[in-house]
Amino acid sequence: MAENQSYVELRGVNKTFQDYQASKDIHFRIEKGKLVALLGPSGSGKTTILRMIAGLETADSGEILIDGRVVNDIPANKRGVGFVFQNYALFRYKTVYDNIAFGLRVNKWEKSKIRARVQEMIELVGLTGLEKRYPNQLSGGQRQRVAFARALAPNPELLLLDVLDEPFAAIDAKVRQELRSWLREMINKVGITSIFVTHDQDEAIEVADDIIITNHGRVEQIGNPVDIYRKPETTFVAEFMGHPTRVEHISRFKGFTGLAPELHAVIRPENVSITRKNEKIRYVISAEDGVVERVLFRGKEAEIWVRIHDILIQGTRKIEEAPIEEGEHVNIFIYRAYVSGEDEKIQIVENEVIAAENPVVI
Amino acid sequence: MNRRKAKKKRVIPGFGLSLGITVSMLGLIVLLPLCSLILFSAQLSPGEFLSTVTRPRVLSAYLVSFQTAFAAALVDAVMGLILAWVLVRYEFPGKQIMNGIIELPFALPTAVAGIALTHLTTTNGWVGSFFAKFGIPIAYTRIGITVALIFIGIPFVVRAVQPVLEKIDPQYEEAADILGADRWQTLTQVILPEILPALISGFTLSFARGLGEYGSVVFIAGNTPFETEIAPLMIMSELQEFDYASATSIALVMLAAAFLILFVNAVLQSRSSKIISGIV
Amino acid sequence: MTAKKNSGPVKWILIGISAVFLITMLILPLIYVMATAFKDGAASFWKAVSDEYAVKAVLLTLKVTGITLVFNTVFGLAAAWCITRFQFKGKKVISTLIDLPLTVSPIIAGLIYVLTYGRQSILAPYLKAAGIKIIFAVPGIVMATIFVTLPFVSREIIPVLTAQGTDEEEAAALMGAGGWRIFREITFPHIKWALLYGVVLCSARAMGEFGAVSVLSGHLRGKTNTMPLYIELLYQGYDFTGAFAVSALLVLMAVIILVLRSVLEQRGKGENDG
Repeated sequence: MAENQSYVELRGVNKTFQDYQASKDIHFRIEKGKLVALLGPSGSGKTTILRMIAGLETADSGEILIDGRVVNDIPANKRGVGFVFQNYALFRYKTVYDNIAFGLRVNKWEKSKIRARVQEMIELVGLTGLEKRYPNQLSGGQRQRVAFARALAPNPELLLLDVLDEPFAAIDAKVRQELRSWLREMINKVGITSIFVTHDQDEAIEVADDIIITNHGRVEQIGNPVDIYRKPETTFVAEFMGHPTRVEHISRFKGFTGLAPELHAVIRPENVSITRKNEKIRYVISAEDGVVERVLFRGKEAEIWVRIHDILIQGTRKIEEAPIEEGEHVNIFIYRAYVSGEDEKIQIVENEVIAAENPVVI
Repeated sequence: MNRRKAKKKRVIPGFGLSLGITVSMLGLIVLLPLCSLILFSAQLSPGEFLSTVTRPRVLSAYLVSFQTAFAAALVDAVMGLILAWVLVRYEFPGKQIMNGIIELPFALPTAVAGIALTHLTTTNGWVGSFFAKFGIPIAYTRIGITVALIFIGIPFVVRAVQPVLEKIDPQYEEAADILGADRWQTLTQVILPEILPALISGFTLSFARGLGEYGSVVFIAGNTPFETEIAPLMIMSELQEFDYASATSIALVMLAAAFLILFVNAVLQSRSSKIISGIV
Repeated sequence: MTAKKNSGPVKWILIGISAVFLITMLILPLIYVMATAFKDGAASFWKAVSDEYAVKAVLLTLKVTGITLVFNTVFGLAAAWCITRFQFKGKKVISTLIDLPLTVSPIIAGLIYVLTYGRQSILAPYLKAAGIKIIFAVPGIVMATIFVTLPFVSREIIPVLTAQGTDEEEAAALMGAGGWRIFREITFPHIKWALLYGVVLCSARAMGEFGAVSVLSGHLRGKTNTMPLYIELLYQGYDFTGAFAVSALLVLMAVIILVLRSVLEQRGKGENDG
């Protein structure tokens, strides 16, 4: 029972705004207790999905189920959903305490229970002592905590977070990182099924149990972060995740000559090894000759751009290894390519030399 | 699965109620009278309409209204710009009062303004006697009408320009400074283009308001036919003779003129906003 | 503001021009009204304003203003709510219609009401049968005043609500709050000063409306004469002291409104900063 229990489910959901289709035949299931990321570029329709689950938008067709119940016709406030808005949407004329208590008062909780619950939430999010403050007397991080506490106070079964998307891009990486881990920790502590929206792959990979990738209103792939990263199913996912280089006519490259000439592929830095001409390498026959165009020092490693067959391919090298100069001729070996086949489906192709050596299917 | 297009739910309540109140009030207060104007106009024969609006006395009333409203709007544009500039850029004692008094023409009933301005500007009034020395009569002339319309229109310009001027980033001017522009160049080439749309909009509003203004003008105008008789007054006198056909004909031309002015303004505004937003 | 070194003389010249303009154009008329009203002493002022017809004009003006305020406040709130809180077809048309009265000459406003309810209108026989008199009676004055001041309240609230966005209301609705609660607890605190200012402006205009009311009133002394019309009547009867005495009351109102406005503006600003 516990295995296949889907808590949120979308079945063939479509949504059109005036002339543009924000959701196209969306299907997915989310298990109870999971923390799921809706990941995609701006305008990919991820926020629309979130708002439809909340009941802030209405699906044109298809069904949305929460806890086994079709909720299309159930108003937003009866869905048992907590929502953290992109800009928090804190009530600017209410104190922290009143913000958190609002949902409880609206639902006619007893006074004493409200007080206890608000106190509990304030302690949970670590805002003790700030109860009487107004939202614009708080820092960005504190506001997020209030928004979180306000959404959780009425004990929702499902938490939807629009908060990790675009506006955060502006704040500096460190603060963002802290908020992210704080959120992860909070959600784990509360153990609530949660869905959040983000355009940042690192964030999704780091925080989420499962990732749903959206693009142009469609779901591209669903899976855990490892699978999404290592086994992209579509060209979009392959090109979206990691730091890929797109390569036309992959069959030009040694080790991939058996492929059809029109195929294109994506190559990731971690699947490329760059070695100096005087260094020994294992697969000499399959190594290509390239010219280093740019070397960027990134702290723990160096990012190296090598031109080969008129394409710049990115690879990395550890700092401890012998440094490579710009303009230097190097050997470059591509272990693996994500090849786009029919219908933009991805086929993961190992370099022929390795495949011949240990014929194991990945 | 076969759920038909779901009924549009709105999250925030009160749509039906607020729209209902809005539409029914608009219908009763604005649309119904407007419809009856259109209905009544449709009954006018074109010949009758033309002969009414081309009567020499009516034509001269249009001309007086147009001239005085235009002159007043020009003065308002210049003075409004200066006032807005002074209020935004300078600190001086009494600034708060100056800022508050700008809106007096909105708050003071037009009839009161009318009789006060008239008495001030007659040849033996406080102001009029001064100008009389130079042989310039104000009250009961077109100058008088213009004065009343300047009074009515000034807040429109100031309140249009002021917020835009406040929002101009000092960096623009600093950039112009660094590039070597002198103050006059900065003013005409950097600041003026920024506030021009607002200035035009303020000018248009005070012009349109001036065309239709009645209360403050009737007292100061003297209402001499062919000299100081304004178009709204023509409508009024036709109404007093219960000649609704003539009154409506004259009014239709006035309405058309007002809408034309506002339309031109809308076109100019959208052009300038296109330049700013980069879509040409 | 950064005061430029060479702006000294220019600054004071511009301030001077502004001051002279404002004093002659705006302040002098105020002073003149007050001076003339009390020229013959407080007693004659009091006599003019306590005249039976003056009192009736004041009462009628207050009545018309009161009714107008109720209508336009309700309308302003409803219109602002549906325009800023929802997306729907025909929204552009509605906001254009709301602003329309601002562009229509008051005389024409009066005219269209005469055409609608006057004796040549298609409604006239029915109104007559029902015994309802609109033109040259108080209902006509009230309706014309509502028309002329229709946009005043909504125009003040709409920008505030637009700037505020719909997030807070959405959040409150999502938590299950009802319409009245959302309005009272979430929206109202944002708009209270703008609303109050709109109401103040609306009442100023309603009390002072002359053109439209003049067309519709029929000028029945003591019955359909509002204060501005009564002033006109006195003025045309060369009773200047009387005309300016009643005017003085309206000047007083205008000054109160301006002071209120400044206070409200400061309050609004202060709260947004705090």
